[in-house]
Amino acid sequence: MSSSLHAVVSQPYKHGFVTEIESESLPKGLNEDVVRAISAKKNEPEWMLEFRLKAYRHWLTMEEPRWPNVDYPEIDFQDIVYYSAPKKKPTLNSMDEVDPELIRTFEKLGIPLSEQKMLANVAVDVVFDSVSVTTTFKEKLAEAGVIFCSISEAIQKYPDLVRKYIGSVVPYTDNFYAALNTAVFTDGSFCFIPKGVACPMELSTYFRINNEESGQFERTLIVAEEGASVSYLEGCTAPQFDTNQLHAAVVELVALDDADIKYSTVQNWYAGDENGVGGIFNFVTKRGLCKGKNSKISWTQVETGSAITWKYPSCVLLGDNSVGEFYSVALTNHKQQADTGTKMIHIGRNTRSTIISKGISAGQSNNSYRGLVKIGPKAHGARNYSQCDSMLIGPNCQANTFPYIEVGNPSAKVEHEASTSKIGEEQMFYFAQRGIGAEEAISMIINGFCKDVFTQLPMEFAVEATKLLGLKLEGSVG
Amino acid sequence: MAKGDIILEVRDLTASVAGVEILKGISLTVRAGEIHAIMGPNGSGKSTFSKVLAGHPDYEVTGGSITFMGQNLLEMEAEDRAKAGLFLAFQYPIEIPGVSNASFLRLAYNSVAETRGWDELDPLEFDDFIREKIQVVEMDPAFLERSVNEGFSGGEKKRNEILQMAVLQPSLGVLDEIDSGLDIDALRIVSQGVNQISNDNNAMVMVTHYQRLLDYITPDFVHVVSDGQIIKTGGKELALELERRGYDWVREEFERRTVTA
Repeated sequence: MSSSLHAVVSQPYKHGFVTEIESESLPKGLNEDVVRAISAKKNEPEWMLEFRLKAYRHWLTMEEPRWPNVDYPEIDFQDIVYYSAPKKKPTLNSMDEVDPELIRTFEKLGIPLSEQKMLANVAVDVVFDSVSVTTTFKEKLAEAGVIFCSISEAIQKYPDLVRKYIGSVVPYTDNFYAALNTAVFTDGSFCFIPKGVACPMELSTYFRINNEESGQFERTLIVAEEGASVSYLEGCTAPQFDTNQLHAAVVELVALDDADIKYSTVQNWYAGDENGVGGIFNFVTKRGLCKGKNSKISWTQVETGSAITWKYPSCVLLGDNSVGEFYSVALTNHKQQADTGTKMIHIGRNTRSTIISKGISAGQSNNSYRGLVKIGPKAHGARNYSQCDSMLIGPNCQANTFPYIEVGNPSAKVEHEASTSKIGEEQMFYFAQRGIGAEEAISMIINGFCKDVFTQLPMEFAVEATKLLGLKLEGSVG
Repeated sequence: MAKGDIILEVRDLTASVAGVEILKGISLTVRAGEIHAIMGPNGSGKSTFSKVLAGHPDYEVTGGSITFMGQNLLEMEAEDRAKAGLFLAFQYPIEIPGVSNASFLRLAYNSVAETRGWDELDPLEFDDFIREKIQVVEMDPAFLERSVNEGFSGGEKKRNEILQMAVLQPSLGVLDEIDSGLDIDALRIVSQGVNQISNDNNAMVMVTHYQRLLDYITPDFVHVVSDGQIIKTGGKELALELERRGYDWVREEFERRTVTA
């Protein structure tokens, strides 16, 4: 493209940008200039822009994946705003304009009314106070040498660290949404735990999608150096009002020798209403690299929200004796669709992985587990244990299990167990005959079913997750 | 309830499942302090009767009436029947993976507590309470930490049912083949449990195939059910006679009677 032609083509857009700057938002659509504009807006170094552009150009050559067992209308990628700041968010005039269902949800989550009133300003993350968590403890973390900040800040302050690791686990060529994310991500978290440091507290990010629409493409990078350990909590507990929105995040974890990363998620994006109108399309790439020997990465997820979830938190077990774990509860209700699971890629010797997946389908939802266990030719003594249980509530939902097992080393041991059960009339009658009502019965059955996963969650999260499942299933039986 | 008060009054009860009539006019009066045994051949409607009493949703009551503790039982949901003091010991108890027996029992206890006028118990209080109750069925405290009925042997499941009855202290215990699949030791333990729970203020209705249960639990009345009706009622000696002679003679006697009547 000649420079004059370029100027002409980008002109209307540049104008758009200038006028939009006051509202801190770019116009809809995606092209190289949008990518440049995002990078410029964030005052990024040249290498970062190059990284984004490469990803964008590659994305143009890619096809949207159609293999997941989910169904949704074509996404118009030119009909999306790729950069938008909080001021643009429509403000609610009073509590009366808040969806009553949302108010009830917050009441049941135990958030007092005074805090709910803050919701009227749509600062939902105020409720969870994520900002104060990160700022309050920054100093204490810094004393331990731990870096915990937004990815944008990290790119400015710690460019060498970011440059070394970003894209090293999920390259932009990895998949359609990873490429898109790399091109346009606007925020996210960065954690760096230096050699030998056990992070003195649990790090948590309650995602900022609520006050920043830019959070739809967030990027998280966590690096634990030799012998370091960290537990990171990701909460997506805020409902959304909007029609279908695309959320395409990338999370990369790197564990060096003897390092240990535990990553827990409670995902409760807006799931759409009972009729499947609205809700988030949650297309997320999460992967951990056990780069060093004896390293360990553990994913625990409780997925209850989103209209569509497409997500496979995975572990690449490169270091000898490294360990990967995946504990998952995925609940779908109404017309939600989930295609989620994990990949355990065994490359090093004596690598071990555990997969515990619990899928719960209610309403007319469709819930699939999809998992790959791959044992490479040099992974002598590798072991995997997988257990995938599905539970059906009601006659109109679906549960599917798609396990893929590829074993390239004869000394490997791979075990896979699966079960499907149904909360049936007999079970409900048994509870009723003991005086226990339907809602409590379901909550008890579900919590029992998910116990192996909930015990992996940090305490507060386990409590939250338990409540959430109860809320989500309310009225689905009886 | 005092001895002799009417706990359950069933009149001309008819009920069907999936459109097929199973109960064809059952009448039965149960008073406080009584133990009733309901016997009869397979498919006669014994288990259906117990499920209808408990309010199983698959069974449709098509006629007659049931009064329980002065209330119209047929207007009550299964849950409310349980709260009011009707307990069904299941022939096939349900497994609940991941839910400890102790937390299930406590939830059940606290669910009925308000209706019964009891205080709800917190986990510590309940622990004291339950440790006493498990002695009724000679159960190891380790059972309390295991998932409800999961991996339990047949005998353990039945003991667990009786433990639940001990916890919920019903006015009426309906025991659906509580003796099936039990070895002799388990039968003794289960029976002793029932005898300990049984008193002048409550009543038991036991559905059984075998007289051997009645060696341990002495019934006041034995009813023979055949083709959805009670065709003969007698004392405990009737069970012994059934053991010796089978059911056909009762049926024949009943048919002669109905023909002459």
